Order: sequence, then structure tokens, then C-alpha cells
Amino acid sequence: MTDAAAARGANLDRERLCAFYRQMWRIRAFEECAMRGAEAGEVFGTVHPSIGQEAVAVAVCGNLRRDDILLSTHRGHGHTLVKGADPYAMMCELLGRVDGSCRGKGGSMHIADFGVAMLGANGVVGANTVIAVGAAQRLKYLRSDRIVACIFGDGAVNRGTFLEALNWAAVHALPVLFVCEDNRYAASTRTCDLTAGGGAAARGPALGVETVEADGNDVAGLDATVRELVERVRGGPPVLLVARTYRLAGHTSRDPAAYRPEAEVAAARKEDPIARCAALLRLAGVGEEELAGMREAACREMDAVYERARGAAWPPRALAFADVQDVGSPEERPF
Amino acid sequence: MPRMTYLEAARRALAEEMRRDPDVWAVGEDLGRGGVFGQYRGLIEEFGPERVIDAPISENAILGSSVGAAMTGARPVVEMRFADFALCAIDELVNQAAKARYMFGGQIRVPLVVREPVGLWKSAAAQHSQSLEAWYVHIPGLVVVMPATPADNAGLLKAAIRCDDPVVYMEHKDLWGLEGEVPEEIEPIPLGTARLARAGRDLTLVTWSAAVHTALDAAAQLAGEGVDAEVLDLRTLWPWDREAVFASVARTRRVLIVHEAVRVGGFGAEIAATLAEELGDRLAAPPRRLGAPRIPVPYSPPLEQEVRIPADRIAEAARALLRA
Repeated sequence: MTDAAAARGANLDRERLCAFYRQMWRIRAFEECAMRGAEAGEVFGTVHPSIGQEAVAVAVCGNLRRDDILLSTHRGHGHTLVKGADPYAMMCELLGRVDGSCRGKGGSMHIADFGVAMLGANGVVGANTVIAVGAAQRLKYLRSDRIVACIFGDGAVNRGTFLEALNWAAVHALPVLFVCEDNRYAASTRTCDLTAGGGAAARGPALGVETVEADGNDVAGLDATVRELVERVRGGPPVLLVARTYRLAGHTSRDPAAYRPEAEVAAARKEDPIARCAALLRLAGVGEEELAGMREAACREMDAVYERARGAAWPPRALAFADVQDVGSPEERPF
Repeated sequence: MPRMTYLEAARRALAEEMRRDPDVWAVGEDLGRGGVFGQYRGLIEEFGPERVIDAPISENAILGSSVGAAMTGARPVVEMRFADFALCAIDELVNQAAKARYMFGGQIRVPLVVREPVGLWKSAAAQHSQSLEAWYVHIPGLVVVMPATPADNAGLLKAAIRCDDPVVYMEHKDLWGLEGEVPEEIEPIPLGTARLARAGRDLTLVTWSAAVHTALDAAAQLAGEGVDAEVLDLRTLWPWDREAVFASVARTRRVLIVHEAVRVGGFGAEIAATLAEELGDRLAAPPRRLGAPRIPVPYSPPLEQEVRIPADRIAEAARALLRA
């Protein structure tokens, strides 16, 4: 942590900083529950944890209005929680229960909550960028002041959809905040080894999109940056934010991520956004007891959510045949 | 009834839908200049560039942005120029548009029409001639429509635009200039209903798109020989009109399915297998299929002829079926 960041932290609204801290712990506690559930065989599908990246979720999604639109990724629990989705519905989704956000039909990679304008996580890297520009085009057509935030990983910048979406948004001056959540790994590959040129931060300007780079583990600094960018994007042309962070867990909950150098991981742990936020809070006069209290409250909340979700009902068999399509919908029948 | 071309019928239907519903917009390459075949001519003058959206050559973004727009209340008509080019946007259609409603537990629908011109046309060769309807029928969530006449291209396009499901709408490029009667008041035609193109007693030809016209030519040839062939134009492949096909085949007890697409794995196989399973011993002969050989579409006219199914071959197959 730099002295400048510490100084900013000391001046920051104590309550706001506490809220960031609580929110980051809620994300981490949710994912730790989900990972334990996967370990126990109760969460069936793949879980992609965002441990170490919580500051990006808090700073980006915390600055969106409830009616602003969010598109997320396969590593999207944090984004979705901060946007306002109900953790019980999300956990039920992971556990395949009927109370899930998607009635147990999507799982971790396809959580959506249209009630909070969260248009979906996505199992296909970079696919959400082009969907985002269409949503923004609709908002522009409606003369709305809502914006679209589209979060994707560093792996997405080598997909054609990234180029197509940024170009489209720039040409039509669409209100999209593109956020490249750069955690340095595309699955098990170091993204920089297979990315030519300057990566996302160099590609934005090449397409005429204003691009801002930021420390993605400094929740307070990132919050200030995003707040300004969101207001600029509202009604205006798109902006690309490249938030530098680090994936402290594996690609999936089953991935020990042994392909990373130990020294790299050790250095990254010192930059854990939750620990950095705690240091700022100490400077702002928050004691250890209060810090522990906030962490424990988040863990208790998510433990209770998990236990309640475990008790939820399975989806009825007929749901397998529901919501396929109106015309030519399949009939449930024996073969 | 006024006469107009297949192209003009669709243009009129789209314009009427855009007048009726401000949420309908069109997006694709060259639409501001009327579209590659002229099927959007005059629309930008009437509806402006916000509703007739010129797109860069970015198929992922053309289809992907339409998914996002549809999720937020628009009803996009998405022009892919050639069905072959739509393959650049398979993820957006198959993984996104077709799946969103289901995998999000019914929270949202994706009402869009993806226009994918198909078929053999002007020696267009391997990358501009394919008929890939069977691929899309295989994908749960999609509706697949293939009009064969001007009237159907008007009524089915209206129905597709009003449908809340993603619809793959395949017009045949060789039919753009085909003239026919179109009702003054264009009404939507229910999706999933076949059209009886010619009534007959002796056998049933099940077909769709441009092959309907070749099948009718074959039926005229056969009529000269005293053979009375029924021709059913399926119009919609998913859902396909099983009742109409079953009723016709149960009566004639002989069926020949004809499509321009490659025979192997073509939609004819699904119809033939369903009829064999469901009508089985009530048939006088096993169901037969005609389709293209499993080769890419070649350029040179004598080679291209090898993938075509002319009326003579349909008539010949029909005669063989009647002897069986």
C-alpha cells in the first residue's frame, strides 16, 4: 500500500469504507461456502471463485443504480451480489434448487437476476460484450439515462467479440462501461504470454475508446475512479476501465493452480484487497474487534444462507420442459 | 389480390410491422442502402437510422447486440446477408439467443428474427449457397421458418416478428424475383402450419423453400402420366406440421421428402424416421428422401448441376416409389 492511498483512506468516509469491507467479506464468505459445498459434493457444477478480486465487484457494481444494467462473467458471484441479488436465491441456484435465481436451471455460470437488471453471467468468455452493446443501443433508443456495465476478464480481450463490441459502442456512442477485470490468468495460462502488444489498455485507444487503468485491489481508489466514469458514461460515449487484480484461488474450485510461481502468489497475497481495506480502516480508527465483527457477520450470514438453501426443494421434473420456447415447445412424454 | 415479388412481399410485411410496433428495428450490413438484395429498400427513409441500423461487418456484434436489445424490449430483425455468414455468429444464436430464456429460468425472452438467405443462386459456390436449416432445427429454443411463396414470405415474416421466440428465418435467394399474389391485408400465418401446394391421391411430396416449385413441376409431369401427386409445403421446419404430414401420408401411403440441403443428416431424415416409427406398417413403401450429395457446392454450372435436384429426378423417384 502506498502512502498516498493511506492518506486517501484516512480522509475517506469511515462508513463508506466499512461498507466496502462488509461487502467484500460477504462475497468472500459466499464463495467460501460455495467452495465447501463443491468439496462436499452438494454444489454440482463448476464454481469459479473470484477470491482476491472482490474490490472490483464492490467498486464497479456499488456505483451502479439499481436500474443500470449489468452483464457479468462465469466468475460473477461478487458482481451479482453487489448489484443487489439475493444471496439465498444465488446459493439455491448453485445447489440446483427450485428457489434459485434461475429455478435451478442455470447454475453458477448462468446466474441472472433481471429484477436488479443483472442480465446474466455467461459461460462463454467475451460473449457478454456484444450483448452489452445491444442493451445500450436499446437504452439510447429509449432516450434513457441508464447505463450498461459489462465486466469481463483479461482472457476476453483476445476474442473477436471484444473488438466488435468496442468498435460498435464507439461508433454509436453508446453508454457502456466496459470493465476488464484483469486477474492475469486465462484459465491456467498467463494472459500476458499469449497477448500481443499492450493488451486491453492498448486496444481501447486503438478503437477510439477512452481507457483508464486502475489498481483493482484498492477498493477506495477504484470506487472514486468508477464513480467518475459512471457519470461520464451516462448518456455519453463508452469508456474502458482496466482494473488490475489477481485471482488468489484457482480457475475453478477444483483447481489447485500449481502452475503459478509461489513467489508470485505470496506477493499477491500481500495485496489482498480485503487486507488492504482493513489497513485503511485501522488508519481511520477502526479497531480489531470491529473488523472481526464485520467479517464474522458476513460469514454468519452466508453460513445461514447455505444451510437454508440446503433445505430448499428440488425443482419439479416438469420444469425440465418449461421455458424452452412458445412455438414448438417440447411435450413431456415417455419414450 | 395484388401481385408482387417474394422480395417485395417481405419488404412490405417488415415495413408494416415497423409502423405497427416501434420496438421493431432492423440491423445488418448495408441496410441503409436497401440491403444486399434490396429487401430493405426505402426503409431508412421512412424509419431513420435508429431503426434501420447499418452495421459494420461484425457478425458477432450484429447478432449479439440484437440479443441484448431483445432482452431489453426491442424486437430486432437481424439481417445476416447469407446463411453462410451467419455461421460467424453461431455462439450468439445457439449459446445465447436460444438458451437465455431456459437457462435464466424463464426470467426473459429473446424475441428476434434472424434472416438468413439460403440456397443455390447464380453460381455462388461453396460459401454463399448452403441450406443449413437442419442445424437449427436441432437446437432447442429456436423456431425455423422457410417460406416458398410471396404470400408466405409476407405472412410468415409478420408471424416471426410477432413471435416471442428467436426465429431463424431462411429466405431462398433464387426466389427473390418470384411473383405471386399477396393479400392486400397481410395477416400473420401461424408458425408450424404446412400449406397444401397441390392436392393429390397417389403419393405425398413433402418439401419446403425453393424445392416446393421443383416438386410442383415434377407433379405436373407425373399428372401427364396419370399419377396424382400431393405436394405439401412445410413452411416451418420447427415446429413442423406433423398432423398435416401424417394425414396426407396416411391417405396416400407413399411419401417422398425433397430438400435442397445435403441429404445426410438433413431434415428429411427426421420426417422419414418419424413416419416410419409412427405410421410404419400403414405405409405401402418405406419413406424415401431426395437431397444433395454430401459435397460442397461447386462453382462451375455443370458441376453445380450435381447438387441440384431437378424435377425429372423427383418424378423418377416418385415413379420408383409407386412401383415399390
